[in-house]
Amino acid sequence: MHVQVKNISLSIQQKPILKDVSLEIESGQSLALVGPNGSGKSTLLRVIAGLLKPDCGQVIVDDNEVGNLSPRKLAQRLGFVSQDASTTDAIAVYDAVKLGRTPWLSLMSPFGSKDKKIVENAMCEMAISGYASQQFNTLSGGERQRVHIARVLAQTPQIFLLDEPTNHLDIHHQIAIIDWVARQSTTVALALHDLNHAFVCDRVAVLNKGQLVAYGEPKAVLVSDVIDPVFHVATHQTTTTHFDHPILTFAKSYRDQ
Amino acid sequence: MIENTIGGLKPAVSILISLVILMGALGAALVIGETPIPLYTIWNVLKIEAGYPAPEVNPIDHGILWSYRLPRAIIAMACGVSLALSGVVLQALLRNPLSDPYILGLSAGASTGAVAVAILGFGAGMLSLSGGAFIGALLAFGFVAWLARLSKGNSPGATSSLALLLAGVAGAQLFHALTALIIAKSADANQARGIMFWMMGNLSGSRWPDVYLAVPIAMIGAVIIYLHSRALDAMTFGREAAQSMGIRTSWVMTILIGTAALLTAVMVSLTGAIGFVGLVVPHAMRFLVGVRHVLLIPATALAGGVFLIIADIIARTLIPGQSLPIGVVTALVGAPAFAIILVRSSRARTS
Ligand SMILES: Nc1ncnc2c1ncn2[C@@H]1O[C@H](COP(=O)(O)OP(=O)(O)O)[C@@H](O)[C@H]1O
Ligand SMILES: [Mg+2]
Repeated sequence: MHVQVKNISLSIQQKPILKDVSLEIESGQSLALVGPNGSGKSTLLRVIAGLLKPDCGQVIVDDNEVGNLSPRKLAQRLGFVSQDASTTDAIAVYDAVKLGRTPWLSLMSPFGSKDKKIVENAMCEMAISGYASQQFNTLSGGERQRVHIARVLAQTPQIFLLDEPTNHLDIHHQIAIIDWVARQSTTVALALHDLNHAFVCDRVAVLNKGQLVAYGEPKAVLVSDVIDPVFHVATHQTTTTHFDHPILTFAKSYRDQ
Repeated sequence: MIENTIGGLKPAVSILISLVILMGALGAALVIGETPIPLYTIWNVLKIEAGYPAPEVNPIDHGILWSYRLPRAIIAMACGVSLALSGVVLQALLRNPLSDPYILGLSAGASTGAVAVAILGFGAGMLSLSGGAFIGALLAFGFVAWLARLSKGNSPGATSSLALLLAGVAGAQLFHALTALIIAKSADANQARGIMFWMMGNLSGSRWPDVYLAVPIAMIGAVIIYLHSRALDAMTFGREAAQSMGIRTSWVMTILIGTAALLTAVMVSLTGAIGFVGLVVPHAMRFLVGVRHVLLIPATALAGGVFLIIADIIARTLIPGQSLPIGVVTALVGAPAFAIILVRSSRARTS
């Protein structure tokens, strides 16, 4: 599915959080949202997910404006994982993943064997099948994150919106998620902190103080000229034979002191 | 993998066991009392009332059983079902394990509403009493929610558990004080039910007409709540996650908090404010059947009914010749349970 973000502006309590942001994700492509803390990545993902109404602008998914779709129809198309979804309930991992089926179930179509298969595959894909009956609250941060991703996998959306999905994960599981993003034939938008991970995406958008300051192919955007002023660092590019993209390393910037 | 079974029992078996427990509790409520009435007498009275031929029954026994004990036990059951389900709903929607209609001030607000109607005199029929209680409960909930929000300020994220509880305490105290004030100021203080009734609950006034109000309301409320079990499950990871899974959260919250307020209000207008049922019963049931609402709701409804039937038996018989307010019994069980849940939930948060 194809996502168009058109001139989105949003203020919360008179404070502008997003300022006239426009971008596009082609069907099946992936978009990395990068930017400093508080630059509006989470807010933009929420707006795309239809969870926040922008003050002006539109989000269009294929031919439908997100604001015009019912929550259920929206959830069948868009899967969203927030940065920090926790619970005090003693819910088992299997039941947590099963929640992903919610938009597909009704009185007339209860949870069936097809749904069960989808849930089991999602758990398998996130390597959490072994935790099925363990309680969510007893898992480590990284395991919880994988449960949430498995939950949206079970939601079988055509667009994934993931807010810092590699948070709390060890490097093995970070790479697993990034590799999963790279392999996806589904449309994905994800907020990332590790700029080197953004190279696997088709497009990168750089946000700073609510504004889109750069948007394009990773090799064009992830360069010193763009990154240094936004993050206040000095970026160095190294090329290695292991990757087909440059490796970025960062040092303290002395420029703006 | 994890199916709809409780301890490996098939649903049909669980339902059968549940009904046996419920019948047992009802039977006990009819048998036990100042004058114990044997089971065969009860059976005969039921047969006579249903219009079947049966042997003579002592008219006093017949009167005690049919006019007092049976409606009282049914009211206890309806009240227990309603309050326990209100607790489940509030806990799931407010993401706070310590929520309960009594603790969050809904019951106190309902008391104030009912007393205001009774004393300002809109006929003081049962329906207007319940209507007043409903408005009171909604006002109290609005006040508590507003207070909790106020304490949160502009910081994003959910209201803290503690802020909500403190707001609940403030709300409950305020509305209890209003109730006491209205009763004290009323010219005809004897006519009004006592302050004790509204604060601790009492089932001694339960009669058949009350049953015709309480039972349908409890049943309708239970059905509405049960139909939302999937939405309540989806709230596990918060309101935003529920919304992202296709739940109309504002709509669901309006309907379900309205239902909880209605259930609480009708029961409070009939029996006074009985505390802790909505807290103790759902937590005990989570231990037994888990957190999924498809099972939790029916289990809580059943256990809530049984809990109040038994609490009322104890209230009637603990001190011979005297009937305690039923809220005394539920609080004796509930307050320690509250402490345990408080400790457990704050540990879960910090770990
Ligand atoms: N509910 C809210 N109330 C007030 N300010 C908010 C709220 N949500 C986000 N913000 C503000 O919006 C800005 C962007 O936040 P966010 O989108 O979470 O940034 P990011 O995900 O890029 O770190 C921050 O300055 C944050 O303080
Ligand atoms: Mg963020």
